[in-house]
Formats: sequence, structure tokens, C-alpha cells
Amino acid sequence: MSIPQEHDYIGLSEPLSSEKISYKMAAAAAEGVTPSLNVEKIGVFNLKETELRLGLPGSEAPDRKGGIGIGVSLFGKELKGESMCVKSFVSGAKRGFSDAINGAGKWGLSINGGSAAGLGENGGSNVKEEIPALKPVEERKNGASITAPASKAQVVGWPPIRSFRKNTLATNTPKKDDAAGKPGPGCLYVKVSMDGAPYLRKIDLKTYCSYPEISAALEKMFSCFTIGQCGQGLAAKEHLSESHLMDLLHGSEYVLTYEDKDGDWMLVGDVPWEMFTDSCRRLRIMKGADAIGLAPRTMQKCKSQN
Amino acid sequence: MDQDHKKLKESPFPCEGLEKVLSFIDSHKDRSSASLVCKDWYDAERWTRSKLFIGNCYSVSPEIVARRFPKIKSVRLKGKPRFSDFNLLPQDWGANVHAWLVMFAKVYPSLEELRLKRMTVSDESLDLLARSFPGFKALSLSSCDGFTDEGLKAIATHCRTLTELDIADSVTVDIGGGWLSCFPEGFASLEILNFASLQCEVSFDALERLVSRCRALRVLKVNESINLEQLQRLLVQVPHLTGLGTGSFMQELTPRQYEGVQSAFSNCKNLQVLSGLWDATSLYLPLVYGACASLTFLNLSEADLRSGELAKFLPHCTSLRRLWVIDTVGDKGLEAVGLSCPLLEELRVFPIDPYDLDNRQGVTEVGFLAVSRGCPNLNYVLYFCRKMTNDAVATIVQNCPDFTHFRLCIMNPGEPDHLTNEPMDEAFGAVSKTCTKLRRLSVSGLLTDMAFEYIGKFAKNLETLSVAFAGSSDRGMQCVLEGCPKLRKLEIRDCLFGNAALLSGLDKYETMRSLWMSACNLTIKGCRLLAKEMPRLNVEVIQDEWSDETHANKVYVYRSLAGPRQDAPPFVLTLGGEDI
Repeated sequence: MSIPQEHDYIGLSEPLSSEKISYKMAAAAAEGVTPSLNVEKIGVFNLKETELRLGLPGSEAPDRKGGIGIGVSLFGKELKGESMCVKSFVSGAKRGFSDAINGAGKWGLSINGGSAAGLGENGGSNVKEEIPALKPVEERKNGASITAPASKAQVVGWPPIRSFRKNTLATNTPKKDDAAGKPGPGCLYVKVSMDGAPYLRKIDLKTYCSYPEISAALEKMFSCFTIGQCGQGLAAKEHLSESHLMDLLHGSEYVLTYEDKDGDWMLVGDVPWEMFTDSCRRLRIMKGADAIGLAPRTMQKCKSQN
Repeated sequence: MDQDHKKLKESPFPCEGLEKVLSFIDSHKDRSSASLVCKDWYDAERWTRSKLFIGNCYSVSPEIVARRFPKIKSVRLKGKPRFSDFNLLPQDWGANVHAWLVMFAKVYPSLEELRLKRMTVSDESLDLLARSFPGFKALSLSSCDGFTDEGLKAIATHCRTLTELDIADSVTVDIGGGWLSCFPEGFASLEILNFASLQCEVSFDALERLVSRCRALRVLKVNESINLEQLQRLLVQVPHLTGLGTGSFMQELTPRQYEGVQSAFSNCKNLQVLSGLWDATSLYLPLVYGACASLTFLNLSEADLRSGELAKFLPHCTSLRRLWVIDTVGDKGLEAVGLSCPLLEELRVFPIDPYDLDNRQGVTEVGFLAVSRGCPNLNYVLYFCRKMTNDAVATIVQNCPDFTHFRLCIMNPGEPDHLTNEPMDEAFGAVSKTCTKLRRLSVSGLLTDMAFEYIGKFAKNLETLSVAFAGSSDRGMQCVLEGCPKLRKLEIRDCLFGNAALLSGLDKYETMRSLWMSACNLTIKGCRLLAKEMPRLNVEVIQDEWSDETHANKVYVYRSLAGPRQDAPPFVLTLGGEDI
């Protein structure tokens, strides 16, 4: 049985490596026999990230995939001004992910650490191998690293979508295989989605100069869907300082979050404006309840304010 | 008997007659067959061929072409392997059109049409093109790269008889829009203009004037920089369009503007193809309803509609044959397709969230089933989903046995049937068995060798096969190579097929256009063996960060009359038979 070689595309941290490769094992074992395998795990390449984590920054979250996603904005208020801390929390868990990616794709059924090449040498003969222990092969010497652009693991060129298709949530994959692409100058379109709204909008970040501007614009854009019940918009006030924006968290029905270049979800308002426009890849208007994790209380608060 | 034989030899079929007859033959396959009959037919054919199709620019050289065909007016040329569309090919791999243009300029001064796919086209090349062919009419650049607005400026400025400029799907960076203003004031011959994929701002003024001059314009596809109000002004000039690509729908319209746009659309009675529709939402989508009665192709792949919006739209498009949508329409949206589009032949469903960043479900087997029930004429499908079942696919092909193109992409690699947890082998077995006209197949999901056994056994008309993250042993690939007599293109990525599989196709590859294998289990030695046994194949290994002295991570094999590439960059290794 030849050794499968894959670029890592799952990005689960190490403990799950057995699960993520089990389909290969199954395939190898199959030989026409329906594999009885740990198939529940197979489909679970993408863990549903609907659960929120309540741990403090720095706590372990080993079974999360690279992107912490919603969990990060949980800590909005506490982490104001501590965005670095958020990042390290995230990168802690991400380390497993980026290791996986940097393992340069030699996940596989390694047979006593022997390389695939060795097996292949036998040219025509079919080499039968026992199903080996599942462990990642050592990091390759050339140590090629892919920049992992998104929170979930991405295989180069998979799914097979053309990069000109702008209307996807993924960023345009760079033309070069190995270089991180930079978005063009000129304009900086990012998608804005809002929980519960039937469609996405796109805005050009370059047309705004400050947080209050962008919140006002977004509120206008999505005004038909907000808020209604809870009264407080994203940025009802005209002169909104960055800290005001944070203050709105508790009261408002909706919270503005964004995904940065590393795939982490951050609260809008955490960082200086320029840094924000440099790193923001898309925006998401989340229900404040989800973001803060205090659903019942927030709703009550809203109701009482009506 | 002998006497008759001699007579035949003395008075052969008059060659003018033969040439006349052959000049009616368009299909390059038929012409190829004709040319093989005998020397006379070969000569007659080469003198009368005016349309050239080269499926792999490296399979032949410009010199060989120039020698054989003296009178070419129209060229279709394809370059890079298809996986370059998905960034699997390093930059500067090749497929540069320049050498071809130099030859065309020398040998075919009356060239009228050039259609390129996946080729690198520099500004210098476009300039050469613009200046070398006084009667040049049609330029189409599909999935090409390498040019900027400078090259387009040359085309606009110098091609006085241009009827078609189609920059479909070509991606350029940092391109300006000044080229559009370079069409001279007297220039009025344009019939097809498509710059939808260019990210640049053009002068609307120049565009409006151009459109008003070109009375024969039948296809106009603008880019996102054109808004609704501007679109209206264009439409009133050319209501007779048969193909329209709108600009962006993201604009706030006053009620008066709304009416104006709506009326402009309603006056487009001949529209067959509609695309663009960026950011079209329920607010403004109804603007186009009036133009859709004779629509045969609706491309909504840039408009992330929901099911309700699609369901409201479709009843206005009663003649629809081809539909492209984004999976935000969901299974419910596809149910609406099944109900409203009985004549549908082609469906493509693209994912809005290919990397599952937002845990969006997209579409499943339910939607596909619904379409198959309502659209029995379906023959082309491209379907991106996260869940599928073997049973559903079997039912789908029972409902629609006429599939010629079946491209199913279950986006999670190695995903099994989500109800039974079994591999998806039976699904593709059903496709292969039931769809006897199948020419193109893309497989996905958890697949063992069984799937490939089915394909090899039943898919006798298969020409193109795409495989990813599949198979359990070399035998899988072998089954396909041995079983599919018409196979022309085989592209494989991230499978465990190794040298044995590669070498099992020794006799096959010369009958094929090309083989691509990446992230499989091939070694340099295995590839060298192939190269040694089959000297008329180019066996190329692309070195990248995952290659080393032994592992051949990206392998491209193709037949060629031109020998090894002369223009190969340093990271492309053409293997010969030496040093086994």
C-alpha cells in the first residue's frame, strides 16, 4: 500500500490527527470492503463553532480548530486594549494548526518513519504494507511554510473555485503558490454580514476614516433589519469615541466584529483605525447576546428599556 | 480489374473538387480524420483549413504549424493545465503566447480571430497582435494573465475592424481603465464587448459613446464599476442586446430612477444571456424581470440570493436552459428551480463559503434531487456541496440519464455518504452505469478503488476525469487507464497513486492530451522510467517546496511533436531516460 502524501488540510491540532487521517486508513483498509471506521469523525473536519468558550485568555482549547471564531469576541470588554493577549490565546491553539500546516504536508501513514520515496522505488511491484501507526512524519527539512490565511485550514486550490469569483466569503487566493497575496491598493472591499439579515453587503473601507463613520454607515445600511426591539443602534450617537463603541456592547442588541488577516475574530474598536483597515478582512454584525454570552440578561435588559 | 485500377490512378479525384468539399468541414476532429486518408487528402485538407485548434500549446511548435497550414484565419489555443486555475502552478510556468504571435504575424497576416485559454499574454504580445493583422476581428482571453491596460490600449487603438473583445475570467492586477477610452471616435464595429472580470474603473463617458456608435453591438458585459443608473443609459442605446452583463446593483435609487431602470430593462426583448448582477438583492432584482422572457442563460454566480428571491425570480424566466447560482439559495431555492425550469439543461451551484468559514450548510442532496425531478433534460451539472448520499445520486441519474458532464464537488475531502457513512463509490458507479453519454466526470468524497473500477468498466465515452483525495491503491488509477478508451485528460491531486499506477498507463498517454498528478506518490525515478519508455511524451516535474530529490510532487505528462520545452523555467524539469 503506498503511503498517501497530503498537504495538511485539516489543521486540527495533534490530538485529533488520528481522527482526521482515519479515512485514509479506512480507504487503505477497504480493498472493496466497506470500512468500519470512526466515520463520525471523518466528516468532522470542521468542528461546529457554535459553542462559545468562556475560558480566560491563555486557557487551553485543544480541540478547536485554528480559528477561535466567535469565542474571541466573548471577551470583548475584558480584552479591550489587550488585543495582543487575545491573539496569543488564539495563537496558542493555533500553534498546533500552523505546525500542522508547516509540517509541509507529510501527514500520512508513516511506516517506521520510512519515506514514501523508499517504497516507490520498487517500480512495478505492489508493495503491501500493514496499516501503520498514525503519526505525522517529521517536519520536512526545507521547512516550507504556507501562510495560513484563514481560520480554518485551507488546502491550496481546494475546493476548486476560481479566484476571480469575488462573491465568496473567501479572500482571493493569491496567484502565487507560495507568496501571501496583498490586496490591491485603490479600494478595500470587505463583506459585511449581519446575523438574521437576508443578504450580505460590501463596503469599501477606504471610504471611511474612523469608527463612528463606519458604524453610522453600517447602521444605515442594515437599518431595516436591526434593532427594532432593542432600540439601541450600533452607533446612535454622532460623536462616538472608540471607547463609546465598546460601551455599547452591553446595551446593544448588535455587536460589530471583524475577522482579521490571521483569521481571528475581533471586536471592532480594539485597535487604531489604520491598523483596523489594514487587517480587516470582513465584518460581521453579531447579535450582542451571542457575543457576550449573556443572552437571557441582555434580552431582559432590552425589554426593560422598551 | 488491373485496368480499372490503373485508370483510377491516372485520373484521380480532381483536387479542386476535393478542396471544395473539405472546405465545408469545420470540425477539427473530422478534418483530422480526413487528413489521414491519403496524401492527396492530407494536402487538400491542409490547404483548406482556416480554423486551427490546439488543445495544448506545447504539443506542437509554431514552426510545425506554419509548415503544415498555410491559410489560417482563426486560432484557438490552450495553454496551462486546468489546475493552474486553482493556483497549483507556480507563476511563470509558461504558456506564453508570444512565440506563437511572432509566427502568426509572419505566416498568417490575414488572421482574424484569436481565442486563448490559460495562456500568459504580455502587453508586448497584445501590441504585436494589434499591429500585425490589419483585418483582425475577434480577441478572446479566457483565464489568461500577464497583461495590463497598456496591452488593451494597443488593441483598442490599432484594431480598426475589431468586432469582439472578450476578456472573460482573465485576472489582472492593478489594471487601469484608460484602455476603453482608446477606441477611436470613428470606430464602430464592435459586436461583443466583455470586460466583466476586469477590476478597473472605466470612463463611463467613453463607454457610453462607444456603445452609441456600435449599432451592431449584441453582447455587452460591463464590470462592477458601472452602476444601475449608468447601465440604464447604456441600455437605452442598445435595447436589442442578446447578451448583457450588468454592473453593480449596490446603489440607492430614487423612485424615478427605479422606474427608469426598470423600463430600460423591459425594453430589452431579445435578451438570451444575463450575468453580472453583483450585490443584487431583493430590493433591486425585480428591475430585470421585464427582460427575462426569452432568457436561456442566467448567471447568478455573483449574486448571493436566498431561496425566496430565487423563487420569485425564476417564474419570469420560462425559457431557461442554463442556470448558475450561489448556494445561498439553499435546497429550497433548488426546489424552486425544479418547479420553474422544466427546460433546464445545465446547472452550476457555487459555494459562497468554500472554506467553511461561517459554517454555512449550502446545498445538499435534497436540492440536487429536487432539480433532477423537475428538469429531466439536465445534461450538465457542477455542484458544490458538503453532504451527499449514494442513493440520491443514483436517483438523480435515473431521473436525468443524459448527463454528459457530471462534476460533483463534496467540499470536505474524503467525506462519506452522510446517511450511511459509506464511501461514495456507488454514487459514481451509478453515474458511470446510467449516463452512457458521459464525457466529463469530477469525483469527490470518500472513494475507494471500487469507484474507479466502476468508471473503468462503464464510462466508455469518458474524455475528462478529475480526481482528488480518493482511491485506495494504484489499482484505482489503473482501472481507469485500462478501461476508458476515449480518455483524453486525466487530472489527479492528493491521491495515493504511485509509480505503479503511473506506469500502468504507458501505452495510454500517447492517446491522451495530458495527465496531471500532484501530491500523489510519484518519485523522480518512476517518472524517468516513463520518460525512457515513451520518448514522445514530455514528462515534466515541477519542483516546489514539497519536492525533493526523490519525491515528484507535481507531474505533468503530455504527448508532443515538439520535443522538450525550450522555454521551461528552472523549476520545470523535463525528464529524459538518462540515469535510471
